[in-house]
Amino acid sequence: MAREQQDYDDIPGTFVFDAERSRQGYGINMFCMSLMKDENRKAFKANEAEYLKKFKLTPGQTEAVLKRDYNRMLELGGNIYFTAKLGATDGHSFQHLAAVMTGSTQPDYADMMLKGGRSVEGNRSRSGKNAPAKFVSGGVAKKRPAAKPQAKTKAKSKSAKRK
Amino acid sequence: MARIIAGVGSSHVPAIGAALDNGKTEEPYWKRVFSGFVKSQEWMRETKPDVAIIVYNDHASAFSVDLIPTFALGCAAEFPPADEGWGPRPVPVVKGNPALASHIAQSVILDEFDLTICNKMEVDHGMTVPMNLLFGKVDKNGHWPCPVIPLAVNVVMYPPPTGHRCYMLGRAIKKAVESYPDDLRVVIFGTGGLSHQISGPRAGLINSKWDKNFLDNLSKDPQKLVKIPHIDYMREAGAEGIEMVMWLIMRGALDDKVDEVYRFYTVPASNTAVGHIILENRARGGKAAGKRKPAAGKLKRAAASAKVHRVRSR
Repeated sequence: MAREQQDYDDIPGTFVFDAERSRQGYGINMFCMSLMKDENRKAFKANEAEYLKKFKLTPGQTEAVLKRDYNRMLELGGNIYFTAKLGATDGHSFQHLAAVMTGSTQPDYADMMLKGGRSVEGNRSRSGKNAPAKFVSGGVAKKRPAAKPQAKTKAKSKSAKRK
Repeated sequence: MARIIAGVGSSHVPAIGAALDNGKTEEPYWKRVFSGFVKSQEWMRETKPDVAIIVYNDHASAFSVDLIPTFALGCAAEFPPADEGWGPRPVPVVKGNPALASHIAQSVILDEFDLTICNKMEVDHGMTVPMNLLFGKVDKNGHWPCPVIPLAVNVVMYPPPTGHRCYMLGRAIKKAVESYPDDLRVVIFGTGGLSHQISGPRAGLINSKWDKNFLDNLSKDPQKLVKIPHIDYMREAGAEGIEMVMWLIMRGALDDKVDEVYRFYTVPASNTAVGHIILENRARGGKAAGKRKPAAGKLKRAAASAKVHRVRSR
């Protein structure tokens, strides 16, 4: 059965781990969960394809795991907190996985993060819904402006300095 | 009667825990992050809560995909740190407060929040990293300064509870705490966030404008936040930024009007925008109201800013 279209499928570069993917990806995620035990990590590393048979993955899911195609794993129901355990089994840091998923290198990715991360501008929608959400564009309610403006200003300048 | 005296919001980035556990806190990258919590630790030492309720999420540690409870309250006497694949974090076992926890469970379930009760649960970085940020580093063989009641929220599988539902659960927790006979001073934590996406080709997304608006409204106009639909969190603040709904449980458990006594924001810690806020309930008449004397109008506000000054200047 084809996946039911959801409003969040419009977000680019994003595979939302929803109830349907949770059902579909049960095997992938439980496989990853098993890697929390050292003996399982060793068994997996010794014969990956054989080890995976225990988890009843689809051929597509098996291929994605064997090829370490992290985006495909997410698309087929894997969840990042689970697939990260596979990354850890391979000795990779989380940032390394993020770089792989974004088609970048770890130094470039780390550099992007240091410069403030990936901008939301141009990254909101596949279908052109690029206007900011009402909550952001609408600004903040200005209630009781006299209450404690000093505290706020101080807090802001302080965090600004730290950046 | 017990009373919630303050709320704390804090990110829970696992790399912060790793930096702490591996002695990297003095490296410039991490010093920038930890420096934002020095005053908070002073505030916490001064506030000395009797109990902390910590709203957090599990990351495939205590809960796999076998069981996915939306709200799970820890009623156990203790919660060991989970082995997240690299051995448990070297932090002490977290002691609970089963009497208050079961009181809360009973009260909020009758208020129509169908909690899952956990009488056995391990806790991961989602809880212990904010504890370190606020309580400081505690040796594995030492003791956390107060008992903790963990409240695990599903924000891993979509859909998490709505912001409104979270806020209303906070309200119910406040009512539950205030109907507990012992004079306990309780601090509630909302953790996770702020903007971040760690999965898929859009990983690395940060939206500081969103985060700032979120923090501003958290203090002043939380009703605005409870209306935000999930799609907006995910689109604007990243797929994993949806964790921010957990902060609304904390906010719901506070009074309508609060004093923001501290805020910190920095980008990045690993893949995430780190946000932190401390909100205090204003003093009420009566013994359990805390150290501040009851004050009205301008006096109360003056007391609040004096407090702000005190926290910042030391």
